[in-house]
Amino acid sequence: MSEFVDILSNPAFWVAVLRIATPLILGTLGVLLCERAGVLNLGIEGIMVAGAFTGWLAVYAGAGLWGGVLVAALTGAVLGLLHAFLTVVLALSQHVSGLGITLLATALSYFGYRVSFPKVSTPPTITPFQEMDWLVLPILAEQTPLTLLALASVPVVAYILYRTPVGLAVRMVGENPHAAEGQGVSVVGVRTGAIVLGSAFMGVAGCFLTLSAFNAFFFNMVNGRGWICVALVVFASWRPGKALLGALLFAFFDALQLRLQQSGAAVLPYQMYLMLPYVLSILALVLVARKASYPQALMKPYRKGER
Amino acid sequence: MRLEKRQHSSPWALVLAPIGAVAFTLLVSALLVRWAGAPVGQTYALLLQGAYGSVFALSETLTRAIPLMLTGLAATVAFKARLFNIGAEGQLYVGALAAVAVGGMHDGTGLPLPPMLLFVLMMLSAALAGALLLLGPALMKARLGVDEVVTTLLLNFIVLLLVSLMLDGPMKDPTAMGWPQSVALMGELELTKLIPQTRVHTGLLLALSLAVALWALMKFTVLGFDIRALGANPRAAAFSGVPVTRTMVAVALLSGALAGLAGAIEVAGRTSYLTLDMSPGYGYSGIVIAMLAALHPLAVVVASVFVAGMLVGADSMSRAVGVPTFIADVIVAASLISVLVATLLTQYRVRWK
Repeated sequence: MSEFVDILSNPAFWVAVLRIATPLILGTLGVLLCERAGVLNLGIEGIMVAGAFTGWLAVYAGAGLWGGVLVAALTGAVLGLLHAFLTVVLALSQHVSGLGITLLATALSYFGYRVSFPKVSTPPTITPFQEMDWLVLPILAEQTPLTLLALASVPVVAYILYRTPVGLAVRMVGENPHAAEGQGVSVVGVRTGAIVLGSAFMGVAGCFLTLSAFNAFFFNMVNGRGWICVALVVFASWRPGKALLGALLFAFFDALQLRLQQSGAAVLPYQMYLMLPYVLSILALVLVARKASYPQALMKPYRKGER
Repeated sequence: MRLEKRQHSSPWALVLAPIGAVAFTLLVSALLVRWAGAPVGQTYALLLQGAYGSVFALSETLTRAIPLMLTGLAATVAFKARLFNIGAEGQLYVGALAAVAVGGMHDGTGLPLPPMLLFVLMMLSAALAGALLLLGPALMKARLGVDEVVTTLLLNFIVLLLVSLMLDGPMKDPTAMGWPQSVALMGELELTKLIPQTRVHTGLLLALSLAVALWALMKFTVLGFDIRALGANPRAAAFSGVPVTRTMVAVALLSGALAGLAGAIEVAGRTSYLTLDMSPGYGYSGIVIAMLAALHPLAVVVASVFVAGMLVGADSMSRAVGVPTFIADVIVAASLISVLVATLLTQYRVRWK
């Protein structure tokens, strides 16, 4: 028991929690924006890989760190545009289109990496974002600016969704596209916009890994984080504030299993600790399932004039 | 622009659309080949040659196509009923795990049963393991409304960790010098080779007969009708008396069993023991194959030979001209997207206005 107290009383633990949570917060906000407009985006896993790769490549090629973030966001936006074309304009299956984007974006990133660096054995590195020493707040001062960006994005997204006409339009096309069309809202336009913006968030979530958490691009570095974000949105009942909470909770358990593995207190095989976050995600989904209020039009393709 | 449903779509268009889409994909992918600095014609020639150009190449492609065919069938039956099973990867691994548990030589010997019986038992337990793994998410979807996409995806990670756990502990091969691999299958349980001196094995015949069986089930049985009705319109199906939950459970058991069999057949036919890198994403590729095949069980056979050919051909092509093997993954993923669009255009016409 004292083992737990030791871990939890160490500020370094909470620094790790916030660091692990950062890409999840950004990715979850991205999924949330898409789903609020009624479109599932399983492209997230691949968009994160692409964002991680292009953001890092831009910095490696001489762009500034924020330039890299911008490139990652644009990469996400372009892939989002493709997803929007397939799912909104052509009204194809959202599941299959999203998986297709994940496979395509991942394959293209790996291909691009291998073409750019055919013979390297150790991945080339960049100088990543530094900790914000100038910030006087504890724990936050030991994060990079991208974490601050992620935290600041939560109220911004919430404000846009609940307090602006654009946000109202997004929620309308996600709940009842036919009624929205009747009100003169362009369903195709609003959904496309939401997917593009959401996918840009996913791209930035990916580049956090290469520009802040690490300093290089590895294969398999996203490793399911995108799928976790899809689960977190359900857990959060499609609310930005709860999404932040969910991401922090997930990161808490992830950081905890890392510490338990390292400390001598690990009585169970390490795989059990690694499983914990995934098992908890499924449990959380089951627990919230009964009161989850899905956007009513989620996963329902909309063709004008077709019921 | 908007889409308008076609009154008739020509049967020719249905066949030509996927072929045209794949040709289009290869044309666009040529840009990537140029980027990698290789001659396009030679690269594609080597790719095709490495995939289908010799008995050896074809045997390697067919070997690779076996698990893909099975995961493709698993995705086909599930997606047909709108049960979005993204967990075939995990189901494949639990199938392999069950196969090794039943047919492996623990303590140097296996279960004292006649080989024939043991083989059947091994395959059944693999199918059961895969089926049970998907049953959970399917019931959670039917009873609680939990989205099966997320649960099946997350289960893939849990299963891989479980396999890693088993390979570290109870199923570890003590003679493998610390390499994480399971105990070997008993020799009598391994599938025989179809062509001597190649790796293609009788699992191919198993996979082919399962494809035909699934086609017959979908076309001629009440369950097949219910599955198609459920996929076409769940509410209308429920109204007309299709037992929704029961059909969903049956679909989950079928789909999971097919993916579980993929794992067992891979162990019995190719690797003879279980490792953590046994499947380079066969479960996920199965979804691509099912979609390329427009969810038709017999077309799955063709699609899996195509995808396997790209993967195998890219290996030998890459050694010769240095284009990264990831080109195969790009071609497969881009084919998926372009075939989806092309198939849509056979059913809808674009009106610009």
